[in-house]
Amino acid sequence: MAQAKLTFADVSLTVNVPAGTRIIEISEKIGAGITYGCREGECGTCLTRIVSGAENLTEPSALEQRVLKENLAARNDRLACQCQVLGGEVTVRPA
Amino acid sequence: MTPRATLDLPQMAGAADAMQPVPVADRVHWVGALDPDLRNFDIILRTANGTSYNAYVVRGSTGVAVIDTVKQEFTEPFLKRLEAVARYDELTTLVLNHLEPDHTGAVPELLRRAPHLEICVSPRGVQVLRALLKDRFDDYAVRIVRTGDTVSLGDQTLRFLTTPYVHWPDTQCTHLQDQRLLFTCDLFGCHFCDARLFNDRVGDFRFSFEYYFEHIMRPFKAYVVAALDLIEPLDIAMIAPSHGPILRAHPRQYITHYRRLVKSRLASEVGDQKTLLIFYVSAYGATSMMAGAIYEGAAENPDVRASLFDLQIGEFTPFVDLIEEADALVFGSPTINGDAVKTVWDLLAGLVDIDTKGKLGAAFGSYGWTGEAVQMVEGRLQGLKMRVPEKGLKIKLHPTDAELEDCRDFGRRLAAHLTGRMQPREVDFADL
Ligand SMILES: Cc1cc2nc3c(=O)[nH]c(=O)nc-3n(C[C@H](O)[C@H](O)[C@H](O)COP(=O)(O)O)c2cc1C
Ligand code: FES
Ligand SMILES: [Fe+2]
Ligand SMILES: [Fe+2]
Repeated sequence: MAQAKLTFADVSLTVNVPAGTRIIEISEKIGAGITYGCREGECGTCLTRIVSGAENLTEPSALEQRVLKENLAARNDRLACQCQVLGGEVTVRPA
Repeated sequence: MTPRATLDLPQMAGAADAMQPVPVADRVHWVGALDPDLRNFDIILRTANGTSYNAYVVRGSTGVAVIDTVKQEFTEPFLKRLEAVARYDELTTLVLNHLEPDHTGAVPELLRRAPHLEICVSPRGVQVLRALLKDRFDDYAVRIVRTGDTVSLGDQTLRFLTTPYVHWPDTQCTHLQDQRLLFTCDLFGCHFCDARLFNDRVGDFRFSFEYYFEHIMRPFKAYVVAALDLIEPLDIAMIAPSHGPILRAHPRQYITHYRRLVKSRLASEVGDQKTLLIFYVSAYGATSMMAGAIYEGAAENPDVRASLFDLQIGEFTPFVDLIEEADALVFGSPTINGDAVKTVWDLLAGLVDIDTKGKLGAAFGSYGWTGEAVQMVEGRLQGLKMRVPEKGLKIKLHPTDAELEDCRDFGRRLAAHLTGRMQPREVDFADL
């Protein structure tokens, strides 16, 4: 299966994940500081700064785009409960 | 001596019901509601003399705005006061600075009577408004306003400041520039009920003001600072919050006071050192031995100031103050009857009043056969939005010398995380 490297900068940990993994599936297990509320892309709690590799993530859905906007997200911010890692290397930290 | 007629007391219900709209500034009226009988707010606050829900009407040459409303059960007196200063067909704008039910309870009925109103909310306010209006959301004109956006009422202009989390994510302030009047909703508010309304006339509300800050604003200190940064440069002659006295005498003093309240409570002389606090409870001394060894390990790092506390002895309130300032929190609990001990839960529950987001957290403890306390505490630390990168340390009964060395290592690793000197690690998904 295609693999990707997902790095959580705030806890200095890189996880080798299968392509298609959502950040939420990993970050809680390893105790990274990204936090969750609704887990369904509605509340914006899981706002996450993509430090590098944004191009290796799925495109935001219309709902994610709206929630990002309403939460005054920066250009490199995504919702960790929504976006999936497609491949390559991605580094994230809590926004 | 004749007993005083209670109806005349400014905070009493009789006076509250009969109250007329109160002029606050040129063509600005208070049309809110007094709730003298409230004794408990949002479950968490005690309100010894009730509260008020301040709402305001601002009239300009071409429009009339309503700023916030009241709790639902006060809809009628609110609308009666509103009707005394404006007709529904004259109203143009409804500003909702915060959408908690204590300020939006009358919104559905107001919109039923004045469906043409343009509703001005912050970007995050629109999310809450959608939840509040449900199916009817699309029936209304909603305008998202951000810092610097304005709404003209002709010869009066409302200017908005997006100030999130000065209670909920949706909060904002509204500045009536021409009259140097700032509507702040919960910010600068307090639960104090007095029909005399203005801070130079009401009873002594200082305790209520501090208590309100402590429980409503303190968890969001960083956001309060951001709000103060936006507010401080403004020309302000009066602060009109949505609970408690309108601050027309010395409004600047309240801004300065908030600045003081958001500062550290305890001066620290450690400079750039990171602070790590270890709290533990121990029945037979095993968890206590672990705590001591973790402490030794962490304290080896010259950039970390480690401290060790036995939770069963300490007072909680100063601990909460310490924790607010700390960079790392480490909790030790034995597993007793399949749970962490109550003292630990009590302290963790007490942390609702402060911001713990992003602090480093860790748990440890001795156990006999299951040891679930450690994981339960870790779960709570994650719930408090802390990062918990080191898997909790569990040791069966009393630690051996080798296990004590594991504890020291645990302390060393926590110190490394804290000082940003943790070696980058790599793991496989399957191993998590
Ligand atoms: C002081 C306060 C803080 C709140 N914090 C949150 C929160 O962090 N997340 C959330 O989803 N809802 C939060 N809410 C919203 C409540 O969960 C919501 O109002 C709910 O409908 C209240 O339910 P109840 O009527 O059973 O008390 C908060 C409400 C209050 C009053
Ligand atoms: S957790 Fe609510 S949007 Fe992701
Ligand atoms: Fe509120
Ligand atoms: Fe309120």
